[in-house]
Amino acid sequence: MAPGDPAYMIYGGGGYLPPEVISSIRQDFGLDKSLAEQFYLYITNMLQGNFGFSYAFRAPVLSIIAGRLPATMLLVLSSLGLMIVFGIFFGVSSAKKPYSIRSNAITAVSLAGYSLPEFLIGQVLIVLFAITLGLFPTGGMYSVRGEFNPIVDVLWHLALPAVSLAFGGLAIISRLTRASMLESLHQDYIVTARAKGLSERSVLYRHAFRNAMLPVITVISLRLSALLAGDLLIEVVFSWPGLGRLLFDAMAKRDFPVVQGMFFLISITVVTVTLFTDIIYARLDPRIRYSK
Amino acid sequence: MMKRFSTSGIFAFLRQYKKNRGAAFGLVLILIFLIFAIFANIISPYDPLDIAVGPPLQAPDAKYFMGTDDLGRDVFSQFFFGARLSILVGLLAALTATAVGLMVGSIAGYFGGLIDEFLMRLSEIFLVIPAFFLALVLLTIYGSSVWLVILVIGGLGWPPVARIIRAEFLSFKEREFVDSARVIGVSKFNIIIREIMPNALPPAIVSATLVVGIAILAEASLSFLGLTDPSAVSWGQLLFRAQKYLRTAWWLFVFPGLGIFCTVLGINLVGDGLNDVLNPKLKER
Repeated sequence: MAPGDPAYMIYGGGGYLPPEVISSIRQDFGLDKSLAEQFYLYITNMLQGNFGFSYAFRAPVLSIIAGRLPATMLLVLSSLGLMIVFGIFFGVSSAKKPYSIRSNAITAVSLAGYSLPEFLIGQVLIVLFAITLGLFPTGGMYSVRGEFNPIVDVLWHLALPAVSLAFGGLAIISRLTRASMLESLHQDYIVTARAKGLSERSVLYRHAFRNAMLPVITVISLRLSALLAGDLLIEVVFSWPGLGRLLFDAMAKRDFPVVQGMFFLISITVVTVTLFTDIIYARLDPRIRYSK
Repeated sequence: MMKRFSTSGIFAFLRQYKKNRGAAFGLVLILIFLIFAIFANIISPYDPLDIAVGPPLQAPDAKYFMGTDDLGRDVFSQFFFGARLSILVGLLAALTATAVGLMVGSIAGYFGGLIDEFLMRLSEIFLVIPAFFLALVLLTIYGSSVWLVILVIGGLGWPPVARIIRAEFLSFKEREFVDSARVIGVSKFNIIIREIMPNALPPAIVSATLVVGIAILAEASLSFLGLTDPSAVSWGQLLFRAQKYLRTAWWLFVFPGLGIFCTVLGINLVGDGLNDVLNPKLKER
């Protein structure tokens, strides 16, 4: 089985462990039961809202995860916001005048954006903006001495990780927005809208973009698991005290209850978001009807 | 619109491909790195794992073009061997994904009905499995291995290929040339493999290309978390070891980082170029 017996990890210290100590630890944590039995217990407990007890943190898994959730939500949602707003803005402005210098520059930067792993973007930003220029902290979520307004302090710590996490998704969203905008800008109703004398902004965002939006929404939802993976890497790079780091630490410590809890959470999130995207899809595009 | 490849077809293909400057640049990048990967043992001045070939953490100079790491190993040599492993992971993962995708897509498209329904639902299930996290947990449980990375990325990367192939099969299986093959008694297997597949392949090539890049990035990320074999030299491994020296030894992460960036950029550019040539309908994009 897994390299690293949880019993040793629970004990903490290295070296020789007398067999009776191991077996008593196993008994305390229910590790002496058969795998099937353990699995059955896990499922029945889980359905009652008990996700088990962490070996490493000596606390219920659910409360550990709940404690880390806000930090991750802050990071993931702010970078999701960044990538959607800027991705769409860049995509639309690049579709406005395709093959202009500005449009080509956006295309080039976005190609570069998803040719780099997130953690490397994070490291480059640390070297540039934290170490060399000293503008931002290299990691963490709060300053050790709380000399600032706490909200400003968290935002200041959030800037680099949020930008590094947003980069890849931003690149994909802007590319896709550009492509699907180019398609919808060729439609007759755009000519009509222009002929009516609508402002360029109104034509772009209220007419063309509304129809170009669907594939963009799909890709945002399909990117979700990539976003969560990126979140883990970015949290490790910036020592952000969120769920990604928790999962990483739990794996290193063979803290299986936490790992299982995290995987349950990730799966539920991905499935729920995918389902919601499908529903939103039908609401946004009346041509789509789910029927048999 | 038969798209079979003949020699004259290849030249026409190249002519059209060349027009896209980005794609041509991407191809050059890839060729350079392929040469690095293939001839790594010839180009490298030292064994990448040999310690103390120079002073530790020596900055790049005339003798050690990319400096040395904390154990005095030559980064220049590691760079080439890193190219070899990273590109190998990418290619094998893409090959796995394409093989599964072709099989599933052609069967679903050709036979249709319940088989199609089942295989497409299966591909949807695979589409939502977070590949990175699955790789993470498998590597933690079963220990670090390059093969596992390839298997997970390739084994989960097939749905896009399968879907494209299926769509192509759906349209091709109704064509006259398939009917005539059927009439003269060609077996189902041969119709799928020899008649329809060559025509259905081009659009799928693009999404297969992209898997190479995805796999290289995934390998780098997993290595960065310290989950791959520490005795294997890959760009991700080099970046993992460079972490401690972010402030002091820039050459340890700049070169492998550039390697990953250039290779994946090259692949994406080529993918774009192929997309323009193979899916001319989308050309405006």
